[in-house]
Amino acid sequence: MTHKPEPTAGELLAILSARQLKDGMVVFAGVGIPLLAATLAQRLHCPGLTILFEGGVVGAFIEPGRLPPSTNDQRCTVRANMVLGSADVLLLLQRGYVDLGFMGGAQIDQYGNLNSSFIGDPKHPKVRLPGSGGGNDIASLTNMIVAMKHEKRRFVENVDFITSPGWLRGNDTRRESGLPTGGMFRVVTELAVFGFDDKTRRMKPLALNLGVTREQVQENTSFTLEFDRDIGVTEPPTEHELSVLRMLDPERLFTA
Amino acid sequence: MSLVKPYAQLRGDLAQRDRSLREKVVALDEVASFVRDGDLVGIGGSTMSRTPMALIWALIRARRKKLTCARSIISSDGDLLFGSGICDHIIASWFSQSILWGISKVMRHYVETGKARFEEWSHLAVGMRFRAGAMGVPFMPIRPMIGSDVLRQRPEAKEIDCPFTNEKLLLVPALNPDVALIHVQRCDAFGNAQIDGLQFVDMDLAMAANKIILSTERIVSNDQIRRAPDQTKIPFFAVDAIVEVPYGSAPHECYGIYEPMMKHMEYYVGLVNGDPVAGMKEYLDRFVYAPKSWTEFLDLIGIEELLEASRAGRAIYDA
Repeated sequence: MTHKPEPTAGELLAILSARQLKDGMVVFAGVGIPLLAATLAQRLHCPGLTILFEGGVVGAFIEPGRLPPSTNDQRCTVRANMVLGSADVLLLLQRGYVDLGFMGGAQIDQYGNLNSSFIGDPKHPKVRLPGSGGGNDIASLTNMIVAMKHEKRRFVENVDFITSPGWLRGNDTRRESGLPTGGMFRVVTELAVFGFDDKTRRMKPLALNLGVTREQVQENTSFTLEFDRDIGVTEPPTEHELSVLRMLDPERLFTA
Repeated sequence: MSLVKPYAQLRGDLAQRDRSLREKVVALDEVASFVRDGDLVGIGGSTMSRTPMALIWALIRARRKKLTCARSIISSDGDLLFGSGICDHIIASWFSQSILWGISKVMRHYVETGKARFEEWSHLAVGMRFRAGAMGVPFMPIRPMIGSDVLRQRPEAKEIDCPFTNEKLLLVPALNPDVALIHVQRCDAFGNAQIDGLQFVDMDLAMAANKIILSTERIVSNDQIRRAPDQTKIPFFAVDAIVEVPYGSAPHECYGIYEPMMKHMEYYVGLVNGDPVAGMKEYLDRFVYAPKSWTEFLDLIGIEELLEASRAGRAIYDA
């Protein structure tokens, strides 16, 4: 069973985050790994998963090998249940119909706040990033899974700019600020899977990926992580998961 | 000018428009006369979908100035608006060419050097700003953006305590563009416009605007519109000008007709992300200023790519 090449970091992310989804859920997915992982889950253990896209799509069923370049393209509507206006699909989040939001991230901090707007001072940014899109809406209104590459510059103590709110400054600050629902639930990287402490709301490793050490995770993270002594290890991708994923994204559009 | 038009002015402006049942078909090189320098321009579609690219192309060729453009998610059309110098302010929730190509170097160049502004709102906030405009009310209450730095950058939005529940809410101001540019699959000569597939925020944008310029893949008879009135998304009385432009979203997609022309997009992205100034100049010279007509521009994209995009576009109905 070694004839298949090892999974890329992107493939690992897609598979591990797909496992976080449960059948019957309504998931609002962003483009890239989230779209791919939600579609993968739909083909594996979640045939009853309802996927929403910000372009206005309800109940998407993406065709293998025909991944849309954004969540606003016609390919997103293939075999969907419904096409709404884009504001109206986002309003499903506000009304409370969405179980999970699922996004990628450029920069995340210890409280799960995401930055996709500015590197450096917003007044004189070193880099102007593309911005929120639906990210702020999703993160403000439902529980979130984030799948992202694990690099020190991406895992920072405090983000330069909170585009999509996680637990803000920890403890009860999210609710106190006027966001009574939702919050960061899981962060999946090629090194580990993270949750958030129920009280302090700081990011916390839940399980290491196979062959990854605590030191490695800490070295690639700019804030201090507290590891449980009996921290688990995630199951490596199975042949089946990998083959379905590669059928969905044969050109590795999102998993290179 | 106040951020939100007072209601009397909003109604007054509309009352002055010619809303009679009349044919409004014009040529592509005439549309710029419907847009004044400094106008707030709403752009229909989203990202690479149903972008009114031919209309934007015509405004660039007419060298309009100091436009502010609003679109829920803006792609390479935003690059062209900045790079051509006709627009120095974009209101959007997201601005890059596509996630496939990383961050737009054109957007970065203009924003990071302070030559132009990218005013960021959440996607829902942009939509609800158009909706408030469409409803003839000065604002809409929403729940996102609260607690984030996106809000901290937007003093235009107001946090309030709800008078009914005492909960925190955010009021986002109505956005009533001077003119909306919207591309549709078909409309009649009066402007009854039908949109297939993804509609995005186009109906709200249309009703919010003080003027609508439609580009359409084809003009059909009023009889045909009346056969499927449920498909009509924009009523004729809101429309001011109509241009028939086949492939009017190229190189972006138009639902059910063509997908994005990815080879051209990749060529474009390589050029402008290689050098956002010289690359953009080269693109504009070659693809916007030089062609004598939109057809000549399509010719530069190439028949092979148009056919490939059309085949993929129609395949949506095979599923």
